[in-house]
Amino acid sequence: MGLPIAVECEGVIKEFGSGSTKQRVLHGIDWQVPLGATTFLVGPSGCGKTTLISIISGLLSATAGRVWVLGKETTKMRKGALVRFRADHLGFIFQQFNLLPSLTAVENAAVPLVVQGSTLASAKRQASGLLDRLGLEKNKWKYPNQLSGGQQQRVAIARALVHNPRIVISDEPTASLDAETGHEAMQLMREVASGPDRAVIVVTHDTRIFEFADYLATMFDGRIESFRQNTPSESSH
Amino acid sequence: MFSIALKMLFHDRAKYLGLILGVAFSTLLINQQLGIFIGLITRAGAVIVDVPEADIWVMDPGVKNLDTIFPLRDTEIGRVRGVPGVAWAVPLYKSNVTIRTGNGELEASLLIGVDDSTLIGLPPEVVMGNIDDLRRPDAVAVSADGFRKVWRNQPFSLGNIAELNDRRAVVVAILKDSPKFTSSITFFTRYSQALQYTNNGRNQMSFIIGRSAPELSPEDVARRIVERTGLQAMSSRDFRWKAIMYVVQNTGIPISIGTVVALGILVGIAVVGLMFNLFVLENLKQFAVLKAIGTSNIQLLGMVFLQACVVGFVGFSLGLFGATMFFETAGKSPTFQGFFLPWYVAVGSGAVAACIIVLAALFAMRRVLFADPAIVFRG
Ligand SMILES: Nc1ncnc2c1ncn2[C@@H]1O[C@H](COP(=O)(O)OP(=O)(O)O)[C@@H](O)[C@H]1O
Ligand SMILES: [Mg+2]
Repeated sequence: MGLPIAVECEGVIKEFGSGSTKQRVLHGIDWQVPLGATTFLVGPSGCGKTTLISIISGLLSATAGRVWVLGKETTKMRKGALVRFRADHLGFIFQQFNLLPSLTAVENAAVPLVVQGSTLASAKRQASGLLDRLGLEKNKWKYPNQLSGGQQQRVAIARALVHNPRIVISDEPTASLDAETGHEAMQLMREVASGPDRAVIVVTHDTRIFEFADYLATMFDGRIESFRQNTPSESSH
Repeated sequence: MFSIALKMLFHDRAKYLGLILGVAFSTLLINQQLGIFIGLITRAGAVIVDVPEADIWVMDPGVKNLDTIFPLRDTEIGRVRGVPGVAWAVPLYKSNVTIRTGNGELEASLLIGVDDSTLIGLPPEVVMGNIDDLRRPDAVAVSADGFRKVWRNQPFSLGNIAELNDRRAVVVAILKDSPKFTSSITFFTRYSQALQYTNNGRNQMSFIIGRSAPELSPEDVARRIVERTGLQAMSSRDFRWKAIMYVVQNTGIPISIGTVVALGILVGIAVVGLMFNLFVLENLKQFAVLKAIGTSNIQLLGMVFLQACVVGFVGFSLGLFGATMFFETAGKSPTFQGFFLPWYVAVGSGAVAACIIVLAALFAMRRVLFADPAIVFRG
C-alpha cells in the first residue's frame, strides 16, 4: 500500500436483526485511517459510528466487507487470534469510563498488562508512572467511586495506553465531562497517545474538541460522507 | 488475571459472605446430619463390634437384629463346634434387665453373659479393675457410660453394689463399650451368673459366637454352619450390616435425616447458584470490559472458576469446621456419645460442595461466555 495506514475498511456492511426487522446500519464503508495522526469520526447520533468502530476493534463482526488493522486482515482472523490482537495492539477509552469498581486507579490502569500476562505487581509499577504523567499521583490508590469524572477518564486514558498499543480507539471520550475537563482530557490524550507510529481514532459529536483532530471523517446514515484533513480555521470556530 | 478475579470477588463483601455462608450451611447440615445418622445406625451393631475376637455369629433362623432374640438349645453349641473350620465357639447371653440406680430410680439395662471359662465376649478396653475378678461370685463389670448413669456424679470406683432384677451384683471392673441403640447401661458377667440374674438358671443361649480357622473366610464357615445345623450363621461383618439395615428399613430415621440432608443440598444449590449468578450478572459489564480489552474466554472462565473455587473452599472449610466442633462438643455429652464425623461423610460432603460450586460456576460461565464485549461502547 505504501501509505502509512492504520486501519482500512473495504465495503463494510453491517446489518442488525433478521427477516422483517432487518436493518442495514452500515452501507458499504470504504475508509482509510492514517497512522501518525488523530482522526475524528463525527456525525449525527444513530448514523453508525459506534457500530463502525466496534467492527474495526473486532468487537462486532461485519455482515460483509473486509477490515485491515495494521496491515492484518482482522475480518479473516479466528476469534482467539482476534482477542490476542486486540490485547496487543488496541487501547480503548469509553464514554462511560468503564473502570472496574473493585480495582484501584493504578490496578485499573494495569489491567491490559495483566491481560497480556504480566503479574499484577509488575503491571502496577508500569501503570503507576503513567498515572503520574497524567497528574494522578495523589489518587492512584483510590477506587473509581472516590474519583471525579475527569480523574476517572484520566485513569481510563492510562489504561488505554499502558501497554503501548499502536491504535487507540475512543468513543465519545468527553461526553460525560464538562467542557474544561473534556478539553484537558483531550490534551492529555494527545500528549501521551500520539506518535508517528500510532493512530488515535475518536468518535465524537463534541465540536468543542474538534481542534484536536488531524483528520475529520463525517458520517451520515451509514456512509462516510467526507474525509479530509482538519484545517486550523475550522477547529478554532 | 487471578488476582483481579479475587479482587472482584472480595469487593462485594455482602455477596461474598452470602455465598460462603450458603456453602458452609450446606456442608454443616450434611455433615452434622449424616454424622448423627451413621452414629445412630451403627449403634444397632454395637454388641457385635464389642466382640472383635469372634468373626462368626450363630442364632435362631428368625433373628433379624440384636434386640429380638430367641434362645438356642444348649446342644447346639456342640454341633457348631463340630463343624469343620470352626476354630472355637462359645455361648453369649444377651438380655434386658431392670436396674435400680443409686438414688432408687429404675433404668433399663443390657446384660451380657460371656463364656465362664474363657470370658470371650467382653469389650477389650478396660477402664478400671481386672476382668479376671468376674470369676468371683456376684461379680459384674459395667460400661463406663452405664456407671455414670447409675452412680451419677461419682468418680469411677470398684466395689459398688447394684441390683439387677433385684439380685445383688458387685462391680469389679469398668469397661469401655460402644454406645447402644436402646440403653447406655450395660452390665457384663459370666454366662452362668447372667442366667441367675434373669432366668433362675434355665439355660438360654442367645448367640453362639465363634471364630473361623485362619485359612478360611468367616463367610464360608458360616455357610457350612447353616448347612449342618439349620441355624442362622453369619460373619460378624454381615451380621452387623444386617442389624444396621434393619434399623434403616424399619425406622423413620433415614427418611427424616435424608430429608434434612436433601434440604441442605437443595438450599445450598439454590442459594449458592442464585447468588453466584447474581454476582456474575452484576459484574457482567466488567467481564465485557475485560473481553474488549483482550481477555480470552479461557482466561475469563478461569477467573469465574477461581472465584467459584474460593467460595467453595472457604465455605466448605467453614462448614466442616462447624460440624467438627459440633461432634467435638456434642460427642462428649452422653446422648451423642460415640457420634463422630466419619471421613467418608466429610469427603462426600466435599464432593457435594464441589458439585454445587461447579453447577453454579457452569451457569455463570455461560453468561460470561455470551457476554457481548460490544456493549462497552453502548450506554
Ligand atoms: N445491537 C444492535 N441491534 C440492533 N440495532 C442496533 C444495534 N446496535 C446499534 N443498532 C442500531 O444501529 C444504528 C447505529 O447505531 P450506532 O452505531 O450506535 O450509532 P452512533 O454511534 O452513530 O450513534 C442505530 O439505529 C441503532 O439503533
Ligand atoms: Mg455511538
